[in-house]
Amino acid sequence: MSARDAILAAARGRSLLVGALLTLVFTGAALVSLAWTPYDITALDIANKMTLPAPAHPLGTDHFGRDILSMIMVGARTSIAVALVAVGIGMGLGVPLGLAAAAHKGSLLDEVIMRGNDLVFAFPALLIAIMITAVFGASAVNAIIAIGIFNIPVFARLTRSGALSLWTRDYVLAARVAGKGAARISVEHILPNVTNLLIVQGTIQFSLGILAEAGLSYVGLGAQPPTPSWGRMLADSQTMISLAPHMTIFPGMAILLTVLGLNLTGDGLRDLLDPQLRRAGR
Amino acid sequence: MTLLRIDKLDMNVHGLPILREVRLAVAAGQIVGVIGESGSGKSMTALSVMQLLPRGAHCTGRITLAGQEVLTLSEPALCRVRGRDAGMVFQEPMTALNPLQTIGAQVAETILVHERVTRAEAMERAADALTRAELPPGRFPMSRYPHELSGGQRQRVVIAMAIALRPKLLIADEPTTALDVITQAEILDLLKRLVREEGMGLMLISHDLAVVADMADEIVIMRDGEVVESGATGWLLDNMRHPYSRALLAASSHQPERPVEALSDVLLDVRGVVRDYAIRRKGWWGGDGAFRAVNDVSFQLRKGESLGLVGESGCGKSTLTRAILGLESVQGGEIRAFGHSVGRGFPNALRAGIQVVFQDPYGSFNPRWKVARLVAEPFHLMAARPDDWRDRVARVLTDVGMEPDAMDRYIHEFSGGQRQRIAIARALILRPEILILDEAVSALDVSIRAQILDLLARLQGEYGLSYLFISHDLSVVQSITDRVLVMQAGEIVEQGETAQVFDAPQHDYTRKLIAAAPRLATEAERKA
Repeated sequence: MSARDAILAAARGRSLLVGALLTLVFTGAALVSLAWTPYDITALDIANKMTLPAPAHPLGTDHFGRDILSMIMVGARTSIAVALVAVGIGMGLGVPLGLAAAAHKGSLLDEVIMRGNDLVFAFPALLIAIMITAVFGASAVNAIIAIGIFNIPVFARLTRSGALSLWTRDYVLAARVAGKGAARISVEHILPNVTNLLIVQGTIQFSLGILAEAGLSYVGLGAQPPTPSWGRMLADSQTMISLAPHMTIFPGMAILLTVLGLNLTGDGLRDLLDPQLRRAGR
Repeated sequence: MTLLRIDKLDMNVHGLPILREVRLAVAAGQIVGVIGESGSGKSMTALSVMQLLPRGAHCTGRITLAGQEVLTLSEPALCRVRGRDAGMVFQEPMTALNPLQTIGAQVAETILVHERVTRAEAMERAADALTRAELPPGRFPMSRYPHELSGGQRQRVVIAMAIALRPKLLIADEPTTALDVITQAEILDLLKRLVREEGMGLMLISHDLAVVADMADEIVIMRDGEVVESGATGWLLDNMRHPYSRALLAASSHQPERPVEALSDVLLDVRGVVRDYAIRRKGWWGGDGAFRAVNDVSFQLRKGESLGLVGESGCGKSTLTRAILGLESVQGGEIRAFGHSVGRGFPNALRAGIQVVFQDPYGSFNPRWKVARLVAEPFHLMAARPDDWRDRVARVLTDVGMEPDAMDRYIHEFSGGQRQRIAIARALILRPEILILDEAVSALDVSIRAQILDLLARLQGEYGLSYLFISHDLSVVQSITDRVLVMQAGEIVEQGETAQVFDAPQHDYTRKLIAAAPRLATEAERKA
């Protein structure tokens, strides 16, 4: 192996490592916050408001004297929960739709599914999310639904294109000779062979979901107080950015690092899974 | 005069030895055939000459090309050698051309890279090169794109690119493997003519002994990265010493021993079958068009019989197969199997009686399943999977010459030949009466092909099978079938006893096919 190869391999490996580490830290924080946080996030302590990072409050306090570390930990829970469920909605509906469209390629069903996808794609996602929350009320649940809907066509298209190339394989023909129907073949032969694609896209949609949740919360349409959320922490602190910059910096860093971590994980997984996909699929 | 001399060439990739002490020489005006099965190192030898090896490859030894020591040349010097001193033709004409450039521009490109000439001049010389490759710009304008040409025409463009600068050496790596028999004969003739007229040396790499024996002045036989034997073609074929060469020769003209069965009941009756495909409307006003892939095809398959179906790619063989398997509806005529009409309402119990083996041993298995599950898949046709299914899988694996412990392994752990055995096991698990073999041995190396043909001949007796043997390879069809159908453009143009059709073909197309098929002369013929 030449030096160049070695460097490339190491760099590839590292992106997955760093990404997975960042993702683990924030998932870990979210899980720990279920049982324990350094401070109660609803406890106000006006005497100690806007303190800079110090041993008592590692990331300082906000304008009500709440511990920022605790809020970020609980906020991670909101972000991850929203993004996870949104990806779940996207996969749960998008993947079956994509499989069905591929199984009946060229039929009316395929046409309806794919044009429906185009329709959803044609709307600016965040605007529609704002509309949904404006009509049905601002809440974490509505944010989840809004983000989830826009994940459906992403997964439907990816699944369909992956599945179409698999439908031409001889093993699918062999399954048809064995009398298996389209639904059964989709589940037994197609789905297991597109999972790699789905895992990679899943991590990327996950990070987009976190960004979308932060955006919606920032404009006040995501999780409502007192549930902490990274987006709202940013919104609350922006007027005080010159007085207490740490109030903006830490939630901002949390968003940045989580999204970065997930994207690196996605890239790393793609590199890791793709050659295997090519080898195994042949 | 020796043009290319390879002496004691060793090559390893990341320390893994690929070639060992390879020696060969090509003189001007000479055709040297390099023969070997997959993994024998024949392509790697060719790539070593061009120094187009994969990353991490390291060569030692000597390669002398037209007086230059290739292994000591710098990369820029090598770039001058490639294309100018040595041209190369690859196997797959589909991927060797850029789909976005016209054929004229692609041939001119080679010239522009090497010589300081104007574009107009380069185009003129490109036209000359295309004419030499028998694609005269008068009939095939240089403004055509690759997708407007057939496979054989594309391969001519690739050849034109390789000979544009009148290189001294031409390396052709399986140049006709992806082509039909008749096209293959034309391309081989073209290469032979170019060598004769332009005094080039040709290094012809092939897995097909018959192709090379027909063309080459000298033959080099390779195996596992080593030259096993080499010599003048006629002499070598008569005086093979190495057991491997002899096995290769035997496998190339292998004749499996087959049981002779009296013909009895008709199992499969195909009557006047028509299969149309809808094609896109032509123009704004045109109605929906239709392409007739199979036109009025009729034949019968009897119990215990081997029926061959021969034809070039696109003649409708595969469409017909899918119709027989009930995977596609027919627009006219009827397919009856075991007395029932195939199609909607064809009972599953009877469907189990027709099974199929496909060509590609790598694409016919779900990579995420274990062998036991793969082989057991046809049990889906039964109301319930029998309780002793694993025993049955083990038994059928033994029957096809595999160890039963293969059951718990994944398909990627097996070689191409082993996979084809597993594919046969999957087809036999329900003990069908009819087995359709769709190019089932075409992707295999000759020695493996001979083994699989023997296996098929043995299984025919043991299982009482009738074969529908679909292939483009005439020699294989000749060796394993009783009767043969010749198909051209969706129609059956000739059918009859195999021996009769091959000895005294009636239809023009059959005659052309048989004449084009490369054939190893028998010992008696060589002596004559």
